[in-house]
Amino acid sequence: MATTAVLPRPEKINRIGLQILDYRGGKTTLCAGCGHNAISERILEAFYDMGVSPESVMKMSGIGCSSKSPAYFMSRSFSFNSVHGRMPSVATGALLANKTMRSIGVSGDGDTASIGMGQFVHLLRRNLPMIYIIEDNGVYGLTKGQFSAMADIGSKLKNGVVNDLPAVDICSLAIQMGATFVGRSFSGDKKQLSTMLKAAISHRGTVVLDVISPCVTFNDHIGSTKSYKFMQEHDEPVGEVGFVPFFEDITVDYDPSTSVDVRLHDGSSLRLRKLHEGYDPADKTEAVRMLMDSHHKGECLTGVFYVDTQKPDFTSMLNMVDEPLATLPEERTRPGRHVLTELMEQYS
Amino acid sequence: MNLAAGIIPVFIPGTGRTVRVEGTNFPMTSSNLGVQSLAAPASDPSAKQIVNDFSIQIATVNGSGSQSANNVLLRSIFRMGIPVSGKNLFPSNIAGLPTWYTIRVSKFGWVARNPDIDFLIAMNAETAREDVLALHPGAGVIYDETLNLSELRTDLTFYPVPFDKLAAATGADAKIRKLVKNMVYVGVAAHLLSIDMEWVEKTVRKQFSTKPKAAELNLNAVRIGFDHAATMLIKQDPYLVEAMNATEGKIIIDGNAAAAMGAMFAGVTVVAWYPITPSSSVVEELIDYMKDYRIEEDGKASFAVVQAEDELAAIGMVLGAGWAGARSMTASSGPGISLMAEFAGLGYYAELPGVIFDIQRIGPSTGLPTRTSQGDLMFVAGLSHGDTKHVILLPGSVKECYEFGIEAFNLAEMLQTPVFVLSDLDLGMNNWMSEPFEYPDKPINRGKVLTAEDLTRLGGFARYKDVDGDAIPYRTLPGTEHPAASYFTRGTGHNEKATYSERPDDYENNMNRLARKFDTARTLVPGPVLEGTGSEKVGIIAFGSSHFAVAESRDQLVREHGLATDYLRIRAFPFSTEMHDFIAKHERVYVVDQNRDSQMFNLIKMDIDAADVIKLHSIRHFDGMPLDARSLTTPIAAHEGAR
Repeated sequence: MATTAVLPRPEKINRIGLQILDYRGGKTTLCAGCGHNAISERILEAFYDMGVSPESVMKMSGIGCSSKSPAYFMSRSFSFNSVHGRMPSVATGALLANKTMRSIGVSGDGDTASIGMGQFVHLLRRNLPMIYIIEDNGVYGLTKGQFSAMADIGSKLKNGVVNDLPAVDICSLAIQMGATFVGRSFSGDKKQLSTMLKAAISHRGTVVLDVISPCVTFNDHIGSTKSYKFMQEHDEPVGEVGFVPFFEDITVDYDPSTSVDVRLHDGSSLRLRKLHEGYDPADKTEAVRMLMDSHHKGECLTGVFYVDTQKPDFTSMLNMVDEPLATLPEERTRPGRHVLTELMEQYS
Repeated sequence: MNLAAGIIPVFIPGTGRTVRVEGTNFPMTSSNLGVQSLAAPASDPSAKQIVNDFSIQIATVNGSGSQSANNVLLRSIFRMGIPVSGKNLFPSNIAGLPTWYTIRVSKFGWVARNPDIDFLIAMNAETAREDVLALHPGAGVIYDETLNLSELRTDLTFYPVPFDKLAAATGADAKIRKLVKNMVYVGVAAHLLSIDMEWVEKTVRKQFSTKPKAAELNLNAVRIGFDHAATMLIKQDPYLVEAMNATEGKIIIDGNAAAAMGAMFAGVTVVAWYPITPSSSVVEELIDYMKDYRIEEDGKASFAVVQAEDELAAIGMVLGAGWAGARSMTASSGPGISLMAEFAGLGYYAELPGVIFDIQRIGPSTGLPTRTSQGDLMFVAGLSHGDTKHVILLPGSVKECYEFGIEAFNLAEMLQTPVFVLSDLDLGMNNWMSEPFEYPDKPINRGKVLTAEDLTRLGGFARYKDVDGDAIPYRTLPGTEHPAASYFTRGTGHNEKATYSERPDDYENNMNRLARKFDTARTLVPGPVLEGTGSEKVGIIAFGSSHFAVAESRDQLVREHGLATDYLRIRAFPFSTEMHDFIAKHERVYVVDQNRDSQMFNLIKMDIDAADVIKLHSIRHFDGMPLDARSLTTPIAAHEGAR
C-alpha cells in the first residue's frame, strides 16, 4: 500500500495573510442570475486583492434587494442595514465616530434616486470618504417590479406599462454635486467592474459607482433598458480601465496621448486609456457633456467618468483628532472641574 | 395677587431662610455721576409700598436689541440678592413684531410666570394701548412720551420719558440710537424701582466685558435715563426693590445652555442637528463651549458637529455614530421629532444608543413655534410604528437640564437605546436662577461593549442574547479586531445572533426581551422627587417646567384654602414604582399637563392598577404661555371644595 505523504496544497493568501474564504458572506437569498450577486463577488474579491482587513470595513445599506446584499459578502465586516433611502446619514455618523474605518455602501436605484435623493445629494456635497454602489436595475424588486426614478423614459414593464418620465442621470448628478470618483459599470463586465472597485478602494472621497445590474425577474425582458441583452448591445466604454495597486511595481509604460494616469490616495495608479474623443476624467464639464450626449444616443456609457484626488474629504475637513472619536478616553472627552467652575462664574 | 407688603416673616423657598419683610426702607441709589445731590424720588410716605414682590413687563418689538437691556435689569436685581425670573414672550419673526419680556421679582422665591403685571415699560407703539389697558389699577407705566398713554386711564401711575431726546443726548450714532434707547429705560427703571446703580454698572460691564467701548456707551445711556428720572419724575407707584441675601452663589442660565453644558461634560463626540426653534440654541451653545474646552493642544477637535440637511439625516447620523461607538446627540423640536419617527424605531429595535433633546413647542404641525408646551410626551413615548417604547428624561429645572444632559448619555449606552430628553421652550429659552451645577461624581459609563480580548476569552458572542438577566445584550464596535467581532445590524426581524429571521418564536422572544429591557430602564432612570409629608390625602403629580407653578400653587392652597398636598415630580419614563406607591397612598391625585390631551395623565393611567385610575384628575394648561400657579390653585381648590 502506497504511503506517500500528500502535502496539503498551500492555500492562496493575500498580502495580509487572509484567504478568500475570510471575505465570504452568507448564502445569497436573491434570485438566481441576479446581477447583484455578481457585484457582491466582485466586491469581496476587490477587498481581498487589495489586502484590506475585513474588520476595518463598514458595510452600509438602505432597503431593497440591493441593500440586502451586504449580508452576502464579507461577514467579518461590520454591517448596518438601515432604513429606506437613509443610508447616507447613517454612514456619515458612523464615519464621524470612527474615521479610521473604510465604508462601502450598497444601494439601489430606488433607494438612492427615489426615496433617498435627499440624503444622497448631501453625501456627495460632503465628499464623505466612502464607496457608494448603486445596483441599478430600474425597478423595485422586493415590491414586485414598479419603476424607480432611474428607469429610462420609454422603457417597458413586463405588464406593458411604459415609463413616461425621464430617468435621473445619477452619474451627471454625482459629478455636479461633488462626488470625487464617478463611474458606471455593468454587473456582467467582470474585468471592468473589478478594476473600478479596486481603484475605488484606493480613493479617499465619495466614490459613486452606478452598476447596471439586471433584475432577472422583473426587468430583463425586451423593452427594458436595464436587461442583459440591452447592455450587451449598448454598453459603450468611455475608456479602458487599468489599475496598478500601490504594492505592485508599475511595469508597463503608458502613452500620454492615448492614456491618462491618475495617482490615487494610497499610491495606486489608475490607468485610463481613451476610447472617446475629448475624454478627460479631470474635466467635470466634459464628463457631464459626454454623459448627456451618450444618453441622447441611447448608449449606456461605462467606465470612470470623473476623478478628483485633490478635494478634501468630509472627515478631514472637520479637523478631528487622529484617533477614532468613538474610543477616546474620558480624560479627553470630559473637561476638568476647573472648566465647570469657570462656566459657573460666567453665569453668576 | 399677593400679601400686601407686610410685616410677616416669609419663608424663602430653596434657601431655608426666613426673611422679615417690611415696606418702609427706601434705599438711596446713585448713578455715580455726581448727581447725588439731586432730589431723591419723592414718595408719598403714606402710600403702601410693595417691596420685592412684583412683575415688570418690557414691551418692545423683536429685533430692537432690547435683550441686553432686559438682561441688565434682570441680573442687577438678582445681584441685589433678590430672587428673579425672566421670561421672553417673542413672535416667530425676525424683526418688527411685538415682544414682551417679563421679570418677576419675588422675595418668596417664586419663579413661575405671574400673569399680573405691576410695572410696564411700554416701548412698542403698536401694543402700548392694549398693554396699558390690561394692567391692574395702581400699576406703574414708563412710556415714550410721544405715545400719549396717560390719557388712557386715570388709575395708573404714568412716567412719560422723552426717549428719543435722551438717546440723542448720549451722543450715540443715529444707527445705534435704537439700541441705546433700551439702556435709557434701564436707567429710568433703576431709579423708579430703586435698583442699585452699583450693580447695574457691574452688570453692564460684565455683559460687555469684551467690548469696553460699548460698555461705556451703554453705561452712559443708563445714567442719562437714571438722571432724567431722578430730576423729572415723581415716584408714585408702590413697587420697589430692596437688597436681600437670597441669591448668593446662584447662577442665572437658560435650560438650553444648561443642557449643552451637560452634553459637553457627558463627553459627547458626535453632534448632528437641523436648526429649529426653540432647540437651536442647545447646539449653538454647545458649539461655543466645545470650541473653548474641547479643542486639543494641537488644534484638533475631540468632537464633530454636523448641520444636517434635515432632521431625518440628523437622527440617522446620531444612530450611525452611536452604532460605531460615539456618544452622539441631536436637538430638535416637534416637527423635527415627527421626522425622526422612523429612525427612532430603528434605534429601539436594532438597539442603538443616541441622545435626542426635544425642546417642546406648541403643535400640532408648525403650531406656535415660539410658545411652550408639553405636547410631545405621548408621541415620543412610543415614537415610531410597531411596539416601540422610548426612555424619556423629564428635567424640571435648568440644573436638571444639565444633569440629565449628562445622564442621558450614560443611559443611552447602558441601555443601548435612544434616550429622549424632553425639555420645553419655557425651561429651554427663559432665564432661571439655579444653584450652581455640580461636577459629575460618576465616571462615564459606556455600557456593555466587548473588546477583542473579551472575544478571545469568550470565543464569540451573540449580539442580542440576554446573558446577564437584565435583558441588556452585549455589543462590539466596528473596527474591533477579532474575527468574531462583527455582526449584522438591521431593522428587520432578527434572532439572538443578529441574523435575519422571520420565525415567530424569534420575533416574540426578542420583543419580550425588549420589554424586559424597558423594565430594567425603570430601575436606572432618575426617580421621582417627593415634596410634602407624604401622608396627605391629596397628591399632585407634575413634570418638567410645571414644577415652579406647582410649588407656588401648593403654597397658595395652604394659605388660602388650608389644603396641604403632597407632590410627586416625575423625572422619567418608564415610571418607577415610587409613582405607583404615591398614587396608591393618596385619595385624590391631580396630574398636571401642559397639553390639551392630558398626556401624562393618560400615560400614568396605562401604567397603574385599574383600581387606582379613578383617583386621578387631570389639570391641563395649554395656551402656550408658561404655567402659572393660579391656573392650578383655582381648579384644585374648586374640585376639593366641591367635595
